[in-house]
Amino acid sequence: MAAAPHQDPADRAGYAGHPPRMGFFTDTSVCIGCKACEVACKEWNAVPADALDLTGMSYDNTGGLGADNWRHVAFIEQRRPLGTAHTGVSHDDLDVLALAGQGTGAPEQAPATGTPPAGDIGADRPPQPDGRTELRWLMSSDVCKHCTEAACLDVCPTGSLFRTEFGTVVVQEDICNGCGYCIPACPYGVIDQRKDDGRAWKCTMCYDRLGAGLEPACAKACPTDSIQYGPLDELRERADARLRTLQDAGVDDARLYGRDPTDGVGGDGAFFLLLDEPETYGLPPDPVVTTRDLPGMWRRVGLAAGALAAAAVAAFVTTRRSR
Amino acid sequence: MSHRSSAGPADRTRRRRGGEQPMVPRAEFGSYYGKPILNPPVWAAADVGGYLFFGGLAGTSAVIAAGARLTGRPRLARLCAAGAAGAGGLSFAALIHDLGRPDRFLNMLRVLKPTSPMSVGTWLLGPFVPLAGVAAASALTGRFRGLGRLAGTGAAVLGPAVSAYTGALIANTAVPAWHDAHRDLPFVFTASSAAAAGGLGLFAPTRESAPARVLAIAGAGCEVLAFERMRHRMGLTAEPYGTGRPGRLVRAGTVLSVAGAVGAVLGRRSRVASAASGAALLAASLCTRLGIFHGGVASAEDPKYTVVPQRERLRRSAGDLP
Ligand code: SF4
Ligand code: SF4
Repeated sequence: MAAAPHQDPADRAGYAGHPPRMGFFTDTSVCIGCKACEVACKEWNAVPADALDLTGMSYDNTGGLGADNWRHVAFIEQRRPLGTAHTGVSHDDLDVLALAGQGTGAPEQAPATGTPPAGDIGADRPPQPDGRTELRWLMSSDVCKHCTEAACLDVCPTGSLFRTEFGTVVVQEDICNGCGYCIPACPYGVIDQRKDDGRAWKCTMCYDRLGAGLEPACAKACPTDSIQYGPLDELRERADARLRTLQDAGVDDARLYGRDPTDGVGGDGAFFLLLDEPETYGLPPDPVVTTRDLPGMWRRVGLAAGALAAAAVAAFVTTRRSR
Repeated sequence: MSHRSSAGPADRTRRRRGGEQPMVPRAEFGSYYGKPILNPPVWAAADVGGYLFFGGLAGTSAVIAAGARLTGRPRLARLCAAGAAGAGGLSFAALIHDLGRPDRFLNMLRVLKPTSPMSVGTWLLGPFVPLAGVAAASALTGRFRGLGRLAGTGAAVLGPAVSAYTGALIANTAVPAWHDAHRDLPFVFTASSAAAAGGLGLFAPTRESAPARVLAIAGAGCEVLAFERMRHRMGLTAEPYGTGRPGRLVRAGTVLSVAGAVGAVLGRRSRVASAASGAALLAASLCTRLGIFHGGVASAEDPKYTVVPQRERLRRSAGDLP
């Protein structure tokens, strides 16, 4: 139960000679919010469509992860600058139609930047008449974290949820009896019940594609490589390098989320580079797998049961004479 | 909290820059448009609330039935044996009814996982229900007495665990108002079971019901005390137990517990007064379970209860907070 945090989960599950642990690194700093990942996931995994609801809160009409959304692109609008980016840059002198006419080859005369604003950054031209000077969009494609210590898997009473040889966490839909225990157990709010079907569903990291040596559908479809798939060790190195690049460029908000193998879930198999606090994206700031507290809970269950038995004995012994 | 549904990412930023410090620091937190972080339990209140209540009642009733049989209290024994079988059956039925695929119930028996309280509970209830059933059938018909005694003893041995494990069942989730209660829930639930089963025993003739009365009074007292201790220990995440529907249920549970316990003392010479007290204690236990159930769901639906305690934990571990 108290798993060694650094142990490979496939080793712990008893696989011998398994492939390296595979994972996702989602670099949200290059996400453009196109939702190609959501669509590719639905297509490949035959995930049912959900209602065409407009949330009215942003360009995000998916809302969150659930039984029928295994990727969810969060969309956040903030009155804040992104690193040292200028928002008031004028592109008035750029002939976009002429640029488009050049095709997709390297443009020959296009200026690399627009006209720099006069004066310092604080004097950026307001993009809106109401005086706003700063604006940024954050976009992030969320997914099951394939936790090193996965609460959903620990609590599943049927063994439907299992650890694959790639170190990922998958539901076997022919075993799940819809008990629903995994749903409140997940500290990230990922897995959920499909109402008309009764069973629990979530991202499989395209287990069927992995087995065939392919990358998951979302990573394949992502046009900006915001979603990167590969051996987790490599991804972690790549993420560290990317974080350094961003910090050197002055993006002080950049941080890695779920990368640390000593965190409350032993590190995520799918981790992220974020540009704000996790809760801004709907992620818990410090999730902990509850299985870590379970030995203590069992002890207390034992104590409580013992106390009840003792109280019952006492109740019968002390009342014997008064009959 | 005013920002329950309105706290968007920009909202938090604005508030932070506002510069004004309220007298009582409000729980400020960022969220994604105020949406919950967790996926709240999909369990139906009637099924899982009922499962918690009937399971607890069944487990302790089996203990009282065995004690009554051993000490020559046949009417109390019959009543509680029937209660153990009936409540156990109802609890099991509620568990199966709440499955998304009830026809696949048997998949629970593929594995026994100590990391899954639901798995452990299934393996406890699995033998408990038939044992309690055989014991009750024998006690009520007077046939196969040897077998009945054996089955009743088996059910009584499993009983305390059946009553207690549901505390771990719901505490072992990410639901803030359940998980933060993990130290106390096994005691709250066990005490609640004792109050309920003792309450059932109060329906027996007063000549025989004394041990049930003792358990009922002790259970009710411990239930109220353990709940208060739990609340005190939890801090912010206990808030849902004091507001809205869960708050009303918890308060009703406390009032009924106290009334039932007082009635059990004062009405000890009257079978009618005892039975009324017993009914109050049964209702108290049901209200407490449902209150805890709904309080947990409410805590999962509000991101505040997920974000604020986790932020505090991070600040504490960074040394910014005591
Ligand atoms: S994120 Fe949730 S559903 Fe995914 S592996 Fe972790 S606990 Fe399970
Ligand atoms: S709902 Fe299905 S996958 Fe989830 S814990 Fe229950 S049996 Fe396992």
